[in-house]
Formats: sequence, structure tokens, C-alpha cells
Amino acid sequence: MNRPLALLFGSLLAVAPAEEPMARIDGGSYSRPLEKGGQTRQVAAFLLDVRQVTNAEYLAFVIAHPEWRRSRVNRLFADSSYLGHWTGDLELGPLVAPDAPVTNVSWFAARAFLKVEGKRLPTLDEWEFVARADERQVDATGDPEFRKRILAWYSKPAPEVLPATVTMPANIYGVRGLHGLVWEWTSNFAASMTGGESRSDGSPEGALFCGGAAADPNQAVEYADYMRIAFRSSLQGAFCLGGLGFRGAKDAPTPTTPMP
Amino acid sequence: MMKQIAITLGLLGALIPCHAESELRSNGAIKPPPEIRGEEIAVLTDPPNVPPPIARKHPAKVVVKLEVIEKVMRMSDGVDYTFWTFGGCVPGKFIRVRQGDFVEFHLMNHPSSKMPHNIDLHAVTGQGGGAAASFTAPGHSSTFSFRVLNPGLYIYHCAVAPVGMHVANGMYGLIYVEPEEGLPKVDREFYVVQGDFYTKGRNGEQGLQPFDMEKAIDEKPDYVVFNGSVGAAAGDKAMTAKKGETVRVFFGNGGPNLSSSFHVIGEIFDKVYVEGGTKTINQNVQTTLVPPGGSAILEFKCEVPGTLILVDHALTRAFNKGAIGMIKVAGDPEPPTYSGKIEDMVYLPEGGTPQTMPEEGKPLAAAVNTAERIDRGRNVFAANCLACHQAEGQGIPAAFPPLAKSDYLNADVNRAIGAVVHGLTGEITVNGNKFNSVMPAMALNDEDIANVLTFVLNSWDNKGGEVKPGDVAKVRAEKK
Repeated sequence: MNRPLALLFGSLLAVAPAEEPMARIDGGSYSRPLEKGGQTRQVAAFLLDVRQVTNAEYLAFVIAHPEWRRSRVNRLFADSSYLGHWTGDLELGPLVAPDAPVTNVSWFAARAFLKVEGKRLPTLDEWEFVARADERQVDATGDPEFRKRILAWYSKPAPEVLPATVTMPANIYGVRGLHGLVWEWTSNFAASMTGGESRSDGSPEGALFCGGAAADPNQAVEYADYMRIAFRSSLQGAFCLGGLGFRGAKDAPTPTTPMP
Repeated sequence: MMKQIAITLGLLGALIPCHAESELRSNGAIKPPPEIRGEEIAVLTDPPNVPPPIARKHPAKVVVKLEVIEKVMRMSDGVDYTFWTFGGCVPGKFIRVRQGDFVEFHLMNHPSSKMPHNIDLHAVTGQGGGAAASFTAPGHSSTFSFRVLNPGLYIYHCAVAPVGMHVANGMYGLIYVEPEEGLPKVDREFYVVQGDFYTKGRNGEQGLQPFDMEKAIDEKPDYVVFNGSVGAAAGDKAMTAKKGETVRVFFGNGGPNLSSSFHVIGEIFDKVYVEGGTKTINQNVQTTLVPPGGSAILEFKCEVPGTLILVDHALTRAFNKGAIGMIKVAGDPEPPTYSGKIEDMVYLPEGGTPQTMPEEGKPLAAAVNTAERIDRGRNVFAANCLACHQAEGQGIPAAFPPLAKSDYLNADVNRAIGAVVHGLTGEITVNGNKFNSVMPAMALNDEDIANVLTFVLNSWDNKGGEVKPGDVAKVRAEKK
């Protein structure tokens, strides 16, 4: 209901391309490098937005929901960087592309936006499950070229002006921009984090820092996975970062086998 | 809520004496122990500079503010790399505190950063050296405090997974904890850190080069450098001193992987504070071994003028991967200590100067045409010139000038003959780059010199032509 509203705001705003807004992901099982060998995780079927939520869409949301405007937002739910790249409460400014992913949004803000749309954030497992895919294969994680492409992006500082998600190649599910544009919120981003000191107590986070990183994991070359876990662990729900956006997910309409 | 208190305190600060303010402030953080007197902001320096020695005789509260910035910088001529830095430079800012100081550390991660970062200071007694306490998302900052209990020279580095990659991108530096009694006064102090870098393209491949994970895991770096890039401490960026001065080098090895056989060509370390500690001082040392995550403090008096060359004495790193630095010592010659030419101080991996002819004793008949000259010249080049000027005549940036497509060479062939016959010392500009090193006189006969120069002139886009033995003899005679 918010997307048509976005179109009202000036001819500058790009019209969304004609593609299915959400991709169906059939789900299945997969394993994560930072878990002990052989352990797998189950992912049920779900729908995932093919691109991130854009500045234009988020602008429409704050117009309709003034409590989420930059000047009015409760600081418990979004830190002082919230929408900091916009020039005003309701102005994107010349350096922000309307069809680029919205960033500088907190986890709370992302959830509020998606609730209005009848969606939710993808879980960490859902996101990681889809993020293994490249243009041709469902699981490209063993492919050195795929890994290099991801690492090359992680190695670069965030650009000042983000391009539109539609410029990113679609993976085999038709989902664009999971790698190479912005980081993305997941509903349980903190699931890999136990807090406190990390190298001392054999916690899951023990794999994160320094020596601990070498002690456990079964695929120590999956630097990209380490980097995502490190990144997520550094977040709190109210944090707003210039390189962090989000996209929506939904349970798949037909019920599937419940998770074990 | 905390912010409101801070703002209120800021206002009060204008009205009440400073002492009261700092006591009030310390309610929010850890209160320093009673023997801590005074508060200061740490002076932080980029390499090769070191903050001034600490004059005070008591421990103080020292506030360190260090910003993490991910930025593209030069790795070598025409080669860029995305460095992750503590303070915008590699190695990161030098931190100098005094034993017993109470350090309040602020780590800021720039909003443009892609990664969270933290800092593990080896000088810290406490879990992780501060790693978890300083774990910071992009656009955020963390504060923690610690007491520096042990004096010495310590590496600090980022410790976020994958740690090897954060360190390989340049996230290390040195913190020096000055002993209570201080160090003997010296005339110059320098800051040099070695690091190994792993790029997708081979050494010298142009453009922005991404990090190569496989090479890092295999520990096969393309670059091994001092102070973050090829030539960062050489040529016109060389450190300088004067004859008679005593120099102290705070040397660290960021790694992530290679140990350094640190050596200064033309000097002997009068003192080595072994492994960066304060109690064991070795004397009269040629080469000191510094492991990744380790350090050493080196002192020597510059008795003789000249250019001292800093190398990792694992020499292909120095000559092929960039691990060369320079300290230029100015002053009048000191014949009683060293009588030879200054250029004799330069270390050449083939084993000294002048070079001898490999085929001495079985002279060949003179070459009959240009083609034969080029052919024979190729062998002379391989035996005498290649180590410095490199296989494709490309030279080594900041150390040895290129012969390929060389404006200096093509402009004046007689000058080139002179360089081979008599050697060449001092600053020259080749293809827009300055070089200030030493080429020894080559002990080759006129025929060989004619051949090698004809080969060079007809290779690598140079202008062509032929040098005859008679031309060489003429140049040789002129200077005599």
C-alpha cells in the first residue's frame, strides 16, 4: 500500500521495474562454516523481496507515519544517525537516489516499515540460505570466484552515493543485491552473539576473535562468513549505519513441513 | 541520559575549576587510582615520526583518540590498495605513554567503514588486550580504560575475524610504554613497521588491487614493505640524520605472517632492546629477528655520513617486494673511520663491488655486427645488471631506476657509458621519478660494455643504435 504512494512524490522518483516483487525460496537444509562439521540447519519455504527497500519507499512510509520521521523518532529505537544521509525529514537531497536502498535505518525502523507492508525481516538462516546462490547455482560457496567477488566488496569502503538495487545482477532465485551493495538487517541478527568477552568461554562467538577463529570452524577459508558474523555482532537494534539496509520476507503461502 | 549528564557537566566546566570537573566526570567512567595526577591528550604521530619523550615523573591519565578509516592509498607506483588503518596511515599512529599511566582509550570507527573493528594492544593487561571492549560498528565509537603496568614497545592490531585479513590490510601499529626511569636521550627517534601484503595481481601489476585470501593463507605475499608502501621510507621520503648523532628506531613487525630479519646496511646496532623489552640490552648486533606481533628498539651512532639502507635481510623481500628504507646521514666524510667511497657501503646481493666478469679468462673475438652485440649483451646484462634493473629493465621503484623506455638513458648515450664505466651516485630523475642511490663502477671490458649497452638500447622500447668498444674507450679516457 505504500509503494503507490511513493509514486506521488514528483517525477524524479523512478518507477519500479516490472518484475515479481518477491521470489519464492523453497527452502531446504544447509550448513554454516562456523559450526562444527556435519551440523545442518533447516530453512522452511518463504518469500523474499527481490530487492532492498528504497529511499523512495521509506520516504512514503515516514510521510504516512510521522513518528518515524528523523526529527521525531524515539532515540531508543533509532540512534542519532537515523536517516542521516537525507537532507531533511521529508527531503532526500541531491546525493540520494530515490531507487537506491534506504540505509541509516535501525532494526526497529525496518520492522515497523515491514509490518505496515504485511511482511517481516528475513531470519539470519533465511538470508544466509539465499545468499549462498550466485547467478547459476543454488550453493556457490565452494566456488573461489564467488568468494573472491564477495570479499572484494567487503574490502571496499562504502561509496558516498549508492546505486539502485536494480543495477545488481539477480541470483538464481531472481533476488538482487544480496552481495555488493549494502549490508542487510535480519530479524535475529544477534543470534550469533552471546555478549561479553569472546575468546574466553567457548561460546559460539569464540570463533569470532583472533586465536579463537582458528580453533573450531570446519571451513576456515570462508572469510566472507566470518565478516558477516563479525559485522552483525557489532550491531545493536537502534544502530543506524550508512551501509546497512533491509528487505522484506514472508512465510510461504503453502504450509511446508515444520522445522524439526 | 548519559548525554544529558555530559552536557550539564560541560556547562559546569566553564564555571568550576578543572579538578572538580574531572572528578565529576570520572563518576561516569572508571575513577583513576589516587596516584594518577593530571590529565593529558596523547600526542599521536604518523610514521616515521615518534611523539616526544615523556618528561613528567609521575603517572597521569592519558586520553587516546584513535579513528579507524578504510581508505584507498598507494601501495607502489601505479598500484593502489584499500588499506584499513588506525588513524589514516600504515602503520597506525604511534602511541607513547609512561609506565603506570591510566589510559582512557577511544576507538572511533568512521561511518564510511564497511567493517566493524577493534583494537588489541599488547601493552594491555586484561582480556583480549581490549579487543571485546573496543569492538565497534561503523559510525560508532567505543571507550575503555586500562593501566599500563609493563614498560616496553608493543604492537597493537585489530582482532576482528578474519583477523589475518584485518591485519593484512594494515591494521597494526606501535604503542611505547616508557619505563619510569625513561630512556637515555638520543638525537633522533624514528618509527618503522614492516608488513606483508597479499594482492590479486602480482607485484607491480597496475591498478587498484584487491586482497587475495589464498595468497594470504599460503603466506606468499606480493609486497613486503616498511611503513605501508613501497618507497614509503626511501628516496625523498627517507629519514634524515647528521653525522655524530645517535638514532633510535622503534621497529615493529605487523605481519601478519613473515618474520623480519631487520638489518641496516652500513651500520651496526650499538644497542638492541631485545624483543622490545627494557631489561635485556644486546650490544653490537648486525641483524635482529623480529616476529609478527613483535618489536625491537635499536640504537646506533651515525659515525660516518652516507645513506643507510634498511632491509629485511631475507633479501628477495628487499629487492623484489619492497622492503627497503633509507636514513640519509649528512656530514663531511670521516676517512679515519671509513676511507672508501660512500657507494661502497651499499649492499649488493651478488656480493660486493666491483662486479667481475663471469667469463674472465676466455675472451671472445669481438662482435662482428649489431645483432651479435645485442645477443652477447643480453648475457652481460643477466650476469651484471639484472639483479637491480630487473629482467624487463623495469627497475625497482624508489631504489633502482628503470632502463626500459628510459628518458634518462636515451637522452645521452655517453652519459650512460659513463655510468657503467665510472659508476653513478646522487639524485637523478628517470621517467619523472627521482632516484637517489648508488651504482658501482662495473669492472667490465670495453667490448662487454659496448655489448650490454647496445642490448639495452635495442630492448624495451628504447631508441636503438649501437655502442662500439671505441666509444667506451673514449669515455673511459675522458674521465681519467
